[in-house]
Amino acid sequence: MTTEPSGVAVATNAAHAADLLRRVLGPAAVITDPNELATYECDGLTCFRARAAVVALLATPGQLKDAVAICARLKVPFVARGSGTGLSGGAVPVADGVLLVTTTMRPVLEVSADDQRAEVGPGVANLEVSRVAHPYGYFYAPDPSSQPVCSLGGNVAENSGGAHCVKYGFTTNHVTGLEVVTPDGDVHILGGKAPDAPGYDLVGIFVGSEGTLGVATRVTVRLLRLPQAVQTVLAAFADIDSAGRAVSAIIACGLVPAALEMMDALAISAVEQAVRCHYPEGAGAVLIVELDGPIADVEEGLADVRQYCLDNGAFETRVASSAEERAEIWRGRKSAFAAMGRLSPNYIVQDGVVPRSALAEVLHDIGRLSQEAGIRIANVFHAGDGNLHPLVLYDETVEGEEERAEEVAEKVLDLCIARGGSITGEHGVGLHKLGAMRKMFSEDDLATMWLVRRAFDPEGICNPGKAVPTPRLCGEPPRRRHGPHPLAEAGVAELF
Amino acid sequence: MAVFGPAELEKASRVTARTGTDADSVDGVVPAVVAAPGSTEAVAEVMRVAAAEGWAVMAKGRGTKLDWGNRPERLDLLLDLAGMDRVIEHARDDLVARAEAGTTLAKLSATLAPSGQCFPADEVVPGSTIGGVVATGLSGPSRYLHGPVRDLVLGATAVRADGVVVHAGSKVVKNVAGYDLSKLFTGSYGTLVVLTELTVKLRPVPAVQRFVTASCAGPDELAPALSAVLASQAAPTAVELERAGPEAPVQLTVLVEGRSGPAEVRAAEIARALDGATTATSPPPWWSRLPGPVTFKLTSVLSGVPKLVAAASSLAGESGLPAQIGGSAGAGVLYLGVPDQAAHEQLGPLLAGLREAARACGGHATVLRAPPRSKASLDVWGPVPGLELMRRLKAEFDPGRRLAPGRFVGGI
Repeated sequence: MTTEPSGVAVATNAAHAADLLRRVLGPAAVITDPNELATYECDGLTCFRARAAVVALLATPGQLKDAVAICARLKVPFVARGSGTGLSGGAVPVADGVLLVTTTMRPVLEVSADDQRAEVGPGVANLEVSRVAHPYGYFYAPDPSSQPVCSLGGNVAENSGGAHCVKYGFTTNHVTGLEVVTPDGDVHILGGKAPDAPGYDLVGIFVGSEGTLGVATRVTVRLLRLPQAVQTVLAAFADIDSAGRAVSAIIACGLVPAALEMMDALAISAVEQAVRCHYPEGAGAVLIVELDGPIADVEEGLADVRQYCLDNGAFETRVASSAEERAEIWRGRKSAFAAMGRLSPNYIVQDGVVPRSALAEVLHDIGRLSQEAGIRIANVFHAGDGNLHPLVLYDETVEGEEERAEEVAEKVLDLCIARGGSITGEHGVGLHKLGAMRKMFSEDDLATMWLVRRAFDPEGICNPGKAVPTPRLCGEPPRRRHGPHPLAEAGVAELF
Repeated sequence: MAVFGPAELEKASRVTARTGTDADSVDGVVPAVVAAPGSTEAVAEVMRVAAAEGWAVMAKGRGTKLDWGNRPERLDLLLDLAGMDRVIEHARDDLVARAEAGTTLAKLSATLAPSGQCFPADEVVPGSTIGGVVATGLSGPSRYLHGPVRDLVLGATAVRADGVVVHAGSKVVKNVAGYDLSKLFTGSYGTLVVLTELTVKLRPVPAVQRFVTASCAGPDELAPALSAVLASQAAPTAVELERAGPEAPVQLTVLVEGRSGPAEVRAAEIARALDGATTATSPPPWWSRLPGPVTFKLTSVLSGVPKLVAAASSLAGESGLPAQIGGSAGAGVLYLGVPDQAAHEQLGPLLAGLREAARACGGHATVLRAPPRSKASLDVWGPVPGLELMRRLKAEFDPGRRLAPGRFVGGI
């Protein structure tokens, strides 16, 4: 078991680290003023907060290496932060530790179209990669909803997905190489542009390790050829069950949609109030199905999708006939989280996964939990891969409602585990789901993960207390304050 | 090994065991004991005994790739998992299957076929088991569209060197909880854990297959043909090449799959992009087969593939050995095969030349298989970036260095 430095030692060493960081990075890049430090207290999950002793704004991979080396020498715990859009508290600083910011790094983005690869700096925004690759006829597939803002480094840490991962997979399926700084301050080149590097799949174990095994300073990604055609359908059903049957039919016939999303009546009413997306009136559920690929396949697939929807009771299907209409269809779905404010002052977003075939049943179970607890739950989810985002609505000013909401949210995860699913499909464990990790994995499973952690971080200073629970209690109880994503509030990005 | 043998193992673990014979040898190393556990729990019991006795252990499916990598430094116990060959679960509606490690790809295929589904990994080496395919990370032609083996594994059950059972990943297609141990285990050549169960993604069996082949006089003609295929939007499943000899033409074969109608349209599109292409409904005889029996694996960036073909051909020609080149051109993975009789004096320089050529193309050259007498004097794995981290992982998982010791990179 890794030892973690004690509070007093951390504080003293952090002050020393600040001095050394100023010498290496220049004083302007090192923040120790309490007011400025407050900006970095949390990520997208605002209920978890902690104040770092020092925040370092890095400009180059060399500086990142030096900064980690300083932390290693002084045994000061550190956390790397990209854009801070994460939804599991993964970028919350260690109290009185060091926070390393990567989005200040000089952007690096080199496309090699002939190799179908791009080399990207960790601070570069996800969407930027596709934007730069587009003129070459390529794109970068993983598309988390925060993609205009979220960083590649953060995507690597979380193994981010997005709506199109049902067809294209996740970040781990698109990263072929990494340059990483391990917690001891050494730099390692893992993988590259060519596939199948000899030895253990270090790239594979690093992606999704939530910043606990080191910090990526350069990411080599796979680019895909832009699809020849795209078609998007919105289908309205009387209820979730019939929409679910349509989903099953679509998957069973062998189609792999590029995206397959569902929303229930409560979610639909919220987005209708928020953005007037004019989804068909009276819909108990809507499906958004997107197909992409070669023209002939997409056209035939589209006809099939419409038929399956109609066969299973869709009372209306709408096919986008332009990019604008496509954006219109997606607008409702994309504004779903932000729209919850129309229904309720507070909400908890869960991120469970169940087998596709269990979706309809699980939704009924969630409905039952909701009724029993007297807590409303709006359902928005990636029907194609069984990834649910139940939005558990509550009002913190009503006595006991917050506790009941948290209890229900926890029970939803229990449902997912009982079905052989997962506690997190996209958002990661971070701080938020440490407890749930013990329900999903045995102590032996967790101990095995700690073998990996010890191999990379024997001193226990790299994003400690995150992702994989330790056998002992750590930290103070989190302050619970759920609410709209700060970036969504600021109108900078949309939550998915 | 004088005191504790098969009889004692049987008593201690209730697993069938016998004395190892020459037929059980791995690269000439004969295990003292061969045990055939029938379940994960049984494997764990045997591994606990092995840990107490300090035994070096290797696991075997059908043994088709047991002689890949370096010769093991020592081998006391061979685990025969061929009897663990049940397809435990096939979640048809979820396109997921779970099978014991000793299940052959052929059996898995036959079990899934009636429901029109398949495991999108090719049986490159006939008789392969799913455990062996995952342990060696051996991917075939479909990796171009469906990804290499590592992208197809959702979860795994495995037994550690100390006999502890670990469940990695999950049964669902989307999961980011905890470390992705399945990725770490894939391609680890039995040096970290003994795999006992694998959960994998499936795909529907396509209705139509079209193999579009262009014959290129040499690497210079290959280059524009390959570029045209890579740039196409016809979404092929596989892009493979074959060169029967150092001066022979290069066959470029593209597999297009899908529904009847659209698939033919796409195949025609590929055929138009290639000069003088022919289209067939069945694969060429060399498809999804490793050249050999001495096999080198070469990797490259995509733009370097024609150059690597040229370099490998020229090196093979210089060596005077009859050589065949083939592989997944669209993925940057090639194989060079030469006869078993090749002398070590010829193989050493050939490997050195291939390694430099692959390095110049951003990739690596490794010896996949060769007779033990040749392997002994060859640097089988070559330089390995990140080796230090790999050693640390090995030290955590197998501090006693008992799982396939010496077989893997850096003598791990």
